[in-house]
Amino acid sequence: MGSSNKLDRGIGKNSTMRYAIRNYDLYIMLIPAILYFLIFHYLPMYGVQLAFKDFVATKGIWGSPWVGFKHFERFFNGYNFGRLMANTLGISLYSLAVGFPIPIILAIMMNELRNGVIKNTVQTITYAPHFLSTVVVAGMIISFLSPSNGIVNKLIVALGGQPIYFMIEPAWFKTIYVLSDVWQHMGWNSIIYMAALAGIDPELHEAAIVDGASRMKRIWHIDLPGIMPTVVILLILNVGSIMNVGFEKVFLLQNNLNMPASDVISTYVYRMGILGAQYSFSTAVGLFNSVINFILLIIVNTISRRVNDVSLW
Amino acid sequence: MNNRLIESRSDKAFDIVNGFLLVLITVIVLYPLIYVVSASFSDPMKVLNGEIILLPKGINLDAYKKVFADNEIISGYWNTILYTLVGTAVNVILSIITAYPLSRKDLRGGNIFMGLFTFTMFFSGGLVPTYLIIRDLGLIDNFWVMVLPGAISIYNVIIMRTYFQSSIPFELQESAMLDGCSNWRILWSIILPLSMPIIAVMVLFYGVGHWNSYFDALIYLRDQAKYPLQLVLRKILVQNQMQQLMNSASESIAQQQVLAEGIKYATIVVASVPVLIIYPFLQRYFVKGVMIGAIKG
Repeated sequence: MGSSNKLDRGIGKNSTMRYAIRNYDLYIMLIPAILYFLIFHYLPMYGVQLAFKDFVATKGIWGSPWVGFKHFERFFNGYNFGRLMANTLGISLYSLAVGFPIPIILAIMMNELRNGVIKNTVQTITYAPHFLSTVVVAGMIISFLSPSNGIVNKLIVALGGQPIYFMIEPAWFKTIYVLSDVWQHMGWNSIIYMAALAGIDPELHEAAIVDGASRMKRIWHIDLPGIMPTVVILLILNVGSIMNVGFEKVFLLQNNLNMPASDVISTYVYRMGILGAQYSFSTAVGLFNSVINFILLIIVNTISRRVNDVSLW
Repeated sequence: MNNRLIESRSDKAFDIVNGFLLVLITVIVLYPLIYVVSASFSDPMKVLNGEIILLPKGINLDAYKKVFADNEIISGYWNTILYTLVGTAVNVILSIITAYPLSRKDLRGGNIFMGLFTFTMFFSGGLVPTYLIIRDLGLIDNFWVMVLPGAISIYNVIIMRTYFQSSIPFELQESAMLDGCSNWRILWSIILPLSMPIIAVMVLFYGVGHWNSYFDALIYLRDQAKYPLQLVLRKILVQNQMQQLMNSASESIAQQQVLAEGIKYATIVVASVPVLIIYPFLQRYFVKGVMIGAIKG
């Protein structure tokens, strides 16, 4: 007791100074991280001022002239603003509606399995696709869905149908994106709920069994409320990144013909900024995206804190 | 009594339906993987004709011979191995020395640093300012661009910090401090030996991340000789460019198109096998990492 007082108690600047001097090495350990976050995160954040400037190559980010909201106006009035927003939100909401509940259901189902060997096998197999790279998954999708020799269309033809041009038909894009994501990540995303289910007090279940509650009833009245806090936290995080449709897979599955359904803000920023070198304009688009996300995160977090007493911070 | 019997019968039905659905889900997840492996070992003509259902037919290793003879794939493989080894080492070392001070409850100002770091999870400068700054730093086409921009994942730091706090008694460190041990010494001789499980988790998380990533390479690398495996794969699988693989004049165009199909499946296998073989053995570590991450809440 006395020892811990000596180490972490003490009020006032003087003792803080003494603490810092005695433990200077702890702060030295933090130096690489501080530099890393300053250079690779905070410097770019400071660099978003480019969104309000006209980038001049010779003057760089800091020296270019200010132009106000010009780039934002151009983006909002652009012909593809509506399409970008619709695609970005469309893919996100579709993912959320399908991809969010499935891992929860899967975890509850796996939790109800009594045979340990089967349980392990199911887990090992459903987690596996998570370790494939996005490039590999995109390659598999394109090969499987090929109209001439993909296995999916072979099956459709064998059943008497006409081959479907999945990859160039805009109407299919979002479904392909969402379902392949479910295939790849549902197992992995269920782990966190499995952990929450394992944390539920077994006595609750025992008492319910004594009272004659069926499996479905116990799932509904014990398991679901037990994992609710985890569900809410993950929902907050998901809603908070609703404008962040993962660039990587959309970009790989994108082609000129499915563009009406597949062009999202992140791929647009890449095309305009990195490929087209319109640095100021694409920074403005990116900033618009980040700000919406951040506002959404704060709103959802606040609502959740008021209603459920669960929040990120 | 009667009531109990009915209940247990419905529970039995539940078990059967539940088991059946899970087996179905497992088969759906597994099937595409089996198909890829089977197709890669089969006669490509049979793949194109849709004859492959489950097992390989007309065993044929031509696709693998082409893949292993291709300079681009081999160089991509080496580059990826190099990026993964160096990148993971940097990641793990930096994460340890960042997570340790932040795990110390007696650290003054710890919350400020923690807040500064976690804020970056929720807000970022975006792609273009990051790109311009990395370009200004002269990192384009530099080896270190594959290591430094992702040097620390704050998510992983939080997992490690939680582990240090919850699995290693603080009293152990206190007594060492009273003996006049420096903090480096405490980290090295007390924390690290007790943290091997979490370090394994970190090596896996970061390692798989490096192995599978293509985004940074796409943006920051111009020189094809430096391309990691995933960018080479992108050319073959997504952009359908495999001229180099097809340079021999002895094959007709029709033959080449047939072989191209086999090559795609073979490259998927070659690129994914290292991770998929290691993963089942380390599954419990991965799962542990996710669970520790969940505790933080």
